[in-house]
Parts: sequence; structure tokens; C-alpha cells
Amino acid sequence: MTTEAVSLPTRPVARKASRLRGGNAGPVLVVVLAIVAIWYAAAILMNWRGTIDAFSRAGEQRSATEILFATMEQERPILPAPHQVLTELKKTTLDMPVTSRRSLPFHAWVTLSSTLLGFGLGTLLGSVLAVLIVHVKTLERSLMPWIISSQTIPILAIAPIIIVVLGSIGITGLFPKAIISAYLCFFPITISMVKGLTSPDPMQRDLMRTYSASLAQSFWKLRLPASMPYLFTGLKVAIAISLVGAIVGELPTGAQAGLGARLLAGSYYGQTIQIWAALFGAAILASVLVAAIGLLERLLNKTMGARSP
Amino acid sequence: MTGFHRGGILAPFVLLGWIYALILAHSPNVAGQAGPVFWAFVSALWLAAAVALNGLSNLRLKTPGARRFLGLCIPILFGAFLFFLWEVIVVGAGVPSVLMPAPSAIGSRFAASLPVLLEDFLQTFVKSVLSGYMIGCLSGFLVAIVADRIPFLRRGLLPLGNFVAALPVIGIAPIMVMWFGFDWPSKAAVVVVMTFFPMLVNTVAGLAAAGRLERDLMRSYAAGYWTTLFKLRLPVALPFIFNALKINSTLALIGAIVAEFFGTPIVGMGFRISIEVARMSLDMVWAEIALAAIAGSLFYGLVALVERGATFWHPSYRT
Repeated sequence: MTTEAVSLPTRPVARKASRLRGGNAGPVLVVVLAIVAIWYAAAILMNWRGTIDAFSRAGEQRSATEILFATMEQERPILPAPHQVLTELKKTTLDMPVTSRRSLPFHAWVTLSSTLLGFGLGTLLGSVLAVLIVHVKTLERSLMPWIISSQTIPILAIAPIIIVVLGSIGITGLFPKAIISAYLCFFPITISMVKGLTSPDPMQRDLMRTYSASLAQSFWKLRLPASMPYLFTGLKVAIAISLVGAIVGELPTGAQAGLGARLLAGSYYGQTIQIWAALFGAAILASVLVAAIGLLERLLNKTMGARSP
Repeated sequence: MTGFHRGGILAPFVLLGWIYALILAHSPNVAGQAGPVFWAFVSALWLAAAVALNGLSNLRLKTPGARRFLGLCIPILFGAFLFFLWEVIVVGAGVPSVLMPAPSAIGSRFAASLPVLLEDFLQTFVKSVLSGYMIGCLSGFLVAIVADRIPFLRRGLLPLGNFVAALPVIGIAPIMVMWFGFDWPSKAAVVVVMTFFPMLVNTVAGLAAAGRLERDLMRSYAAGYWTTLFKLRLPVALPFIFNALKINSTLALIGAIVAEFFGTPIVGMGFRISIEVARMSLDMVWAEIALAAIAGSLFYGLVALVERGATFWHPSYRT
């Protein structure tokens, strides 16, 4: 195994990859456990002072061990201990009706719906732009540099404007947030899709020409299937920042519902446990969304008969 | 030669038409109440511009210098066209400035409030972004080196790093504001966390990029771990590292601005944006966004320039 050329057959590579993944479970577990341990230690250290103050305000004298345990049971700790966050997550998901305003799934659903709407809009816009750019040379030379250089601009700063401007002409609620998501996520989709649509090499395109395939035929039969792996890489990035867009979109209006509103309310009222719970909710949502895209990719690969990468 | 005729000859006329339309739109009896003749003129200009751009981009030039010049001209003309449309439509149709200020209004506002903008720039960019960016990138790099030395750590950290990269890290902003106070250190902390993981993941990937043949060669020279690292593996990893630096240059600015939405002293780009939006003075918000865009692109351009100097040997730069 001196060169990469040897590893052409797919089966041994796949087996090797799965063995590697199995081998990673142990180290990942150890690192996660280490993070949890550091977290507990940090929680004790950071809350120590506040706990002592609370006790002295109540006029009680406590021993060091009692203080130690009390640091992990504070109502508004500087850093909540992991089990406090888990309890809050359980309390706000399982112990409350989904329709309640204090239920986390309720807020997650508000954010998720605008994320998905924005993601849909962004995917549509991004792929249409990509198809246009690949087929119209003028657009490639005039629009593409702007799309690339717009990546260097902190686009998220525009979010408040979109919310307020759309709000002032009477559009509120889901749609403005979805616009921000769509605006954020169409860039990676366009870039990766253009890359994918131009990925077939000249030999393959020449073959299509010798079949006298029309432009549409070579698009549907060659370019589009070839672009799928690139598209899905872009989609995974896009859905993640689409969620970020939806969360940030909930900030400027001081929104009434959604994970971003939960973060903002938590920071106003010093409810640290609520902030951490919302943060974990957002993290779980993000990983579920990315995993869903991965699943979709695998399904599509199977139906299109592609080799698993 | 038809491409040249259409593109090269039409372009100056289109430019003249733009200037005329701009003057017309700003004249008092047109602004805000432009008639159908004016819009027909603008539409004709649109068509002419499209034809001119089309002709220009189908030009085949012989010398590489001219080709590069043309490659620069077309997007600039296209961008100028977009700004022209924005200006003419907003001024001509009299769109209220609380909805969409014209580029000229934004520009004059930008020029008029330079001291405020400079103060915000210093607070957000120089203090929060630069310090956070440096700490985040450096610590990501160092942890990647340590993880490279200890394979167990690498196998545990890399999947986690990839996982965190997909999370809405920006959400930690309220926590950081609580921990480090309202001033710039809390924003720098958000930037540190946001830039750390891309740097870690990219550096680890870059360190694995050196080929087996090259590493065998280093071993046959009896080079130790550190010699191999500095002479072979870090140079090979440079494109990956610069990729992370470029990604982070944008992320850092976003992180600092959004973190300011959660609470700041009375200065900073994010603070100004949120406060001016609430007061509906959108021209100031747009001026602030223009500042963010300029700072972001210059920062990115600077990193790209350094990359060009440091990795001049890389195939993507050889011509």
C-alpha cells in the first residue's frame, strides 16, 4: 500500500472506514467524559463564591462539603452543572404539554419551521442560480465574483434590517426569519452546486456530444447526477447556518417565541439554566437536521445506484 | 469581432445613459414621481447593459493581461449596474427611506458620521475581533499539534470538532456576556470559541495531508518528529491552515457583531445596528453594514494576500 492508486476497489476501503469509526468510539467517549469532568470542576469553582454569599446572606454556617454540593444546586448559577441542564431539559420537554409557552419543543418548533422554510427557499434559489451560472457565461463572469466576495461580508448583520423592514410593511412572524435563513444558506448551495455541475470531465461531456445529446439531456443525465455529492456537502453546511439565521432572526424583535427568544429572555432575567437548555436544544436540533440530510443523501445514493463514498 | 462591437462600443453609451438617468432621477420634478417614459428609459438601459455585458464576457482576448483586466471589469460593471438600479428605483419611485435608503443617502451618511463609525470599528473590530481571532486561531493550532502528537486525543477530538462545527455556536453569546461583562472581552470570548474549532479541524486534516512517500523520505534522512513537522508536514498543511484562517476571518466578525446584540457598552457595530434599527434610521444601519462589509473583505483579502506569499509553491497558484 504505497500509493493511493492501489485502493481502487471500494469494498476493502469501506470495511477499513467502518473499522476506523468503531475505533473512534472509545477515544470520543473518553474526551466527552473529560469535558464533563472539567465542566463539573468549573461549575464548582465558578459557583463557589456565589454559594458562600448566599449562605452568609441567610446567616447560615456550612461546612466545605455542604458548600461543595450546594454549588451544583444553585438556582441562578454562573455555570450550571451538567445534571442541572439535563433536569431543565427533561422538565421543559417531557413534563410540560407541548402547547405550553414554557415548553422547549414549542420554541424549537417555532425555530425549526422558519429554518425549514428558509432552507427550502434558499435551496431553490441557490440551485436555480447555479444552473443559470453554469449555462450562461455572462452570469458566470459577472455574478460569480460577487457571490464569492459576498462570503467575506458578515451577512448576519443585515438580519435586523430584514426583520424591521418587512415588519414595517406588515409582514411579521415566520416569513422574515425564513428570508434571513434563505439569504444565509443559498451561498454554500450555489457554490457547491456550480462545482458539482461542472465536475464531469471533458471525456464524459464529449461522450454525451457523440450521443448527440441535447443540452437538457446532458443536464439531466450527466451534470445533475454528477453534482449530487457536491450538492449534499453544501446542503449540510446550509442547513446548519439556516438554523443560525433563524435563531439570530429572533433576536432583534425581542421575539416572543423560538430558541433565540429563549436565549434572549434567559440573558435578560439571568436564567442561566434556561440559556444552557436552549443552547442544548439548538445543538440537538442542528445535529438532527444534519443527520437527516445525511440520511437523505444515503437514500438518494441508493436509488441512483451510486457507489457509497 | 461582433462581440467587441457590441460590448466595447455599447459599454460607454450605457455608462453615459446611467449618468443621465441618475441626474434625471435626482432632478426635483422626477424624483418620487417618475413617469412611464422614465421607466421605459431605465428598462432600455437595462437591456443595453445586458447586451453589452454579454458581448464583453464573450470576448476572446489574446494577451493574459488584457484578459485579467476584462475579468475584473465585468463584475465591477455588473455591480455598478446593480447599485445604479437600486439608486434609480429608490429615488425615482420615491421609496421612503425607512424602508430602503438610496446608496447615495447611505454614502453621505457614511461620510457624515465617520467619527462614530471609527469608534465602533475600534471597539468591535480592533478590540473584539482581532484579539479573539488571534487567541482562537492560535489555540486551535496548538491543540491540533498536541492532538497530532497524541493519536488517541486526535481520534477523540476530531469527530467532536466536526460535530461542533455544525452547531449554532453563536448561541453562547449570552453566556459569555454574563461571564465576561458587557465590554469587549465577552465578544472576544465568543470569537475565540467560534474560530477555535474550524482551525482545529483544518490543521489536523492538513497535518495528515503529507504523502507517505515524502514521510518515508524524511524517515530515511533520520529526521525526528519535530524536524519532519517543521520541514515537511507544516508546509504541506499551510493551505489547510490558511483555509481555516479565511473561514475564521468572516466568522469572527459575525460572532462579534451578533454578540453585541446581547448587551454592550454604548459603542460597537452590533450595538449601533440594533439601536439605529429601533430608531428606524436605516441609512445609519446601512452605513454600519457597509463598514462591516469593507472591514470583512479587507480582512479576508489581507489573509488571502499573506497566503499567496506563504504558499507560492502550491499548484493552485502556479500559472
